Amino acid sequence: MREPVLSIRNVTKHFGAVKALTNVNFALERGEVHALCGENGAGKSTLMNIIAGVLQPDEGEIVLDGKTVRIGSPAAAQSLGLGLVHQEIALCPDASVAENIFMASISRQRSLLMNYRKLEREAQAVMSRLAPIDVRRKVGELPISSQQLVEIAKALTLDCRVLIFDEPTAALTEAEARILFEIIRDLKANGISIVYISHRMAEIFELCDRVTVLRDGRYVSTDRVADLTPDDVVRRMVGREITQLYPPKQPAGERPQEVVFSVRGLGDNERFRDVDIDLTRGEILGIGGLIGSGRTEIAEGICGLRATTNGQILIHGKQQAIGTYADAVKAGLVYLSEDRKGSGLFLDLSIAKNISVLNLDALTGHLGLIDTVGEGDLARDFAQRLNIRMGSIGAPVSSLSGGNQQKVAIAKQLAIQPKVILMDEPTRGIDVGAKSEIHALLRELAQSGIGIIVISSELPELLGLCDRVIVIREGEVAGELGMDDMTEERVIRLASGVGNCQIGRTRLTSEHAA
Amino acid sequence: MLADTLGTKAVRPRSWKRIGSMREAGLIAIILALCVAMSFASPHFLTLGNFRAMLMSFSVEGVVVVGMTILLIVGGIDLSVGSVVCFAMVLSGSLFLAGLDPWSASLTGILASALIGCVMGFFVTVVGLNHFITSLAGMVIVRGLCLIITKGTPLSLFTLPPAFKAVGQGSFHGVPYVIIIFVAVVGIFDFLLRRATALRKVFYTGSNEKAALYSGIRTNHVKFWVTVLCSTLAGVAGVIYMSRFGAATPTFGVGMELNIIAAAVIGGASLNGGSGTILGAILGMALLSVVTSSLVLLNVSVYWQDMIKGCILLAAVSVDHFLNKRKPS
Repeated sequence: MREPVLSIRNVTKHFGAVKALTNVNFALERGEVHALCGENGAGKSTLMNIIAGVLQPDEGEIVLDGKTVRIGSPAAAQSLGLGLVHQEIALCPDASVAENIFMASISRQRSLLMNYRKLEREAQAVMSRLAPIDVRRKVGELPISSQQLVEIAKALTLDCRVLIFDEPTAALTEAEARILFEIIRDLKANGISIVYISHRMAEIFELCDRVTVLRDGRYVSTDRVADLTPDDVVRRMVGREITQLYPPKQPAGERPQEVVFSVRGLGDNERFRDVDIDLTRGEILGIGGLIGSGRTEIAEGICGLRATTNGQILIHGKQQAIGTYADAVKAGLVYLSEDRKGSGLFLDLSIAKNISVLNLDALTGHLGLIDTVGEGDLARDFAQRLNIRMGSIGAPVSSLSGGNQQKVAIAKQLAIQPKVILMDEPTRGIDVGAKSEIHALLRELAQSGIGIIVISSELPELLGLCDRVIVIREGEVAGELGMDDMTEERVIRLASGVGNCQIGRTRLTSEHAA
Repeated sequence: MLADTLGTKAVRPRSWKRIGSMREAGLIAIILALCVAMSFASPHFLTLGNFRAMLMSFSVEGVVVVGMTILLIVGGIDLSVGSVVCFAMVLSGSLFLAGLDPWSASLTGILASALIGCVMGFFVTVVGLNHFITSLAGMVIVRGLCLIITKGTPLSLFTLPPAFKAVGQGSFHGVPYVIIIFVAVVGIFDFLLRRATALRKVFYTGSNEKAALYSGIRTNHVKFWVTVLCSTLAGVAGVIYMSRFGAATPTFGVGMELNIIAAAVIGGASLNGGSGTILGAILGMALLSVVTSSLVLLNVSVYWQDMIKGCILLAAVSVDHFLNKRKPS
């Protein structure tokens, strides 16, 4: 094609000790739709946030129209003509659609009063291109898919040369996605360059001109879409060397084939349906799938943290009545939240109080008083077993590093001697050392007879740690992989609905593609 | 992730207990310093009579502070306590005037106060309003009830039997019963707050409600009962006031809630929930009381008192904010 409008040269970005991007190169040509692919954590969002001025690169340069630029803030990115449609919706729910669409220009304007009529007229003109949404309505009243469309409309009003779409179709219906594709083609025809981030191969192959693949924060390749097949892209996304050591697995033959935990036909009529899971003694079962596929919702449904409409939970063959999380805890079923700070720990309470929270009944004496000596012993015992590095058990959890906080969260679960633990992203955001300690601990727990289910977005973790992996796609079990047929490629195929494994409900299958 | 690399350095052996006791030691130091300064400034300050008057003046409010502190720890607030104190007072008083014996009348007053707490707890947990708005409405409605019960005029209760008046006015070996009740309530709740499982759940709920819910704690139950407790203790205070004054005024306790919230916050309770101690709140109350007494003895116009108390509150909260910002996140 023609000269690049935007090039990223040798950009590197660290978060603490973690290298999110290493010498990444990326070139966007004028008037092209350029897909950016990679697994969760490959560095796509970091790269886009650098372009949009949200993050600053540690090294490397950004060249816009032949000139090196520094993008110090999102406002600076906008004035350079770089727009980003966020994956997460960032709108003011109490303001009208029109006010949201023109928020940037409202904050810039100098006149004292708002001209609502003009604002609404102009906003409606933009909005109507996408969907018949009344711009006078409040954003908070709209369903998520409409909010996503408002987010897109907002980006369209910014006079952009480059527009970045971060998984724009994640919350859209097929009809809405079709309209979006038409608009993207229009934008392209007007010379606007588009970066399109998506996990959905069918969309990439329908819409995009070129595709760049990132893996582990490094640049892998850029090709014309016409020269590739979806399989090629998937292969490039996964082809990695294993850099971490995982505890040795135990072949199924050496384990007793006793089922300790089963889920039968679980569904909530909304986010997931017909989920069947069987967990045998000593096994670590992985649950994979894309973000938003319903993995967390299923785990919450199993533990009574989310209402379900169908299905049964069995522990050691006995059916459990689980209506609330307290019921689950009583039955010996605990859940480690993926959101450690938001819903996992009490950051400003002491380590001892965090570890004892699930176990209060056991620590309570006749008079309803807590045995604080026993509480301290419990905390010290787990701190030692899990090697929690801390000042004292009386120190607030907020004083610990991420890895040690996670160990406290796990200790909290172990304190009630559970039969089954569901762990959602057990090693998210913690350093490599603590990560392998936790992996070793999980294997040890599994061998001691506790059922372990690990939900993870990190494929190496899923494959390295688990004996068997179930892949969820759009709220359903898309497939199961045993130890022998477990590869990253197969997980991604199942998760994104590519290739021969049950195309199922994927939005844009080949017969839809134009 | 940034925190991880700093992690090893961030682990400082600064225990939670020490932060708490530091605050209380600081308050005691300030109170003592004020007392020393005042003993030079006024010959009347360092007298048994003045100390007894000060203790008496905050003892009854101290009972209310206990409930408020626990409510603040759970992340709530109650603006209606002043009205509820008055409500218990005028309801018991008018029942007594209607012929009920004073003990039954008082018990009814306390139970009715608890019922007000139940109603507010219902609106907070079932309807889902926040504590501030619910108790603001409660404050106005209950004050209205007081005016309805009394038809706007003070009730004169000089016919109360001496045995009942003794609760508020009498003493045991020179120690007023009011102070004994106060010390007992403070002692019991301070102990329970540290040791009782039920009250531990108050800390969990206030510290991180979602995490508490994810730990199987029924946070709505906790919030409901703490709301009821706060109103009940306000009812107890109202009955003691009735005994002490031998009268019930429908405008009694206007503005009391602010004094009480201020005392708890000066004592270390956070409006965000999750932290606070009874001892701290009582020391906060003592500080305000010493300041008030000092201003009176120094012949400072009463018009200045509120302003000065407000400044103390602002200073205490600012110090808190400053200390919190330096805490590792």
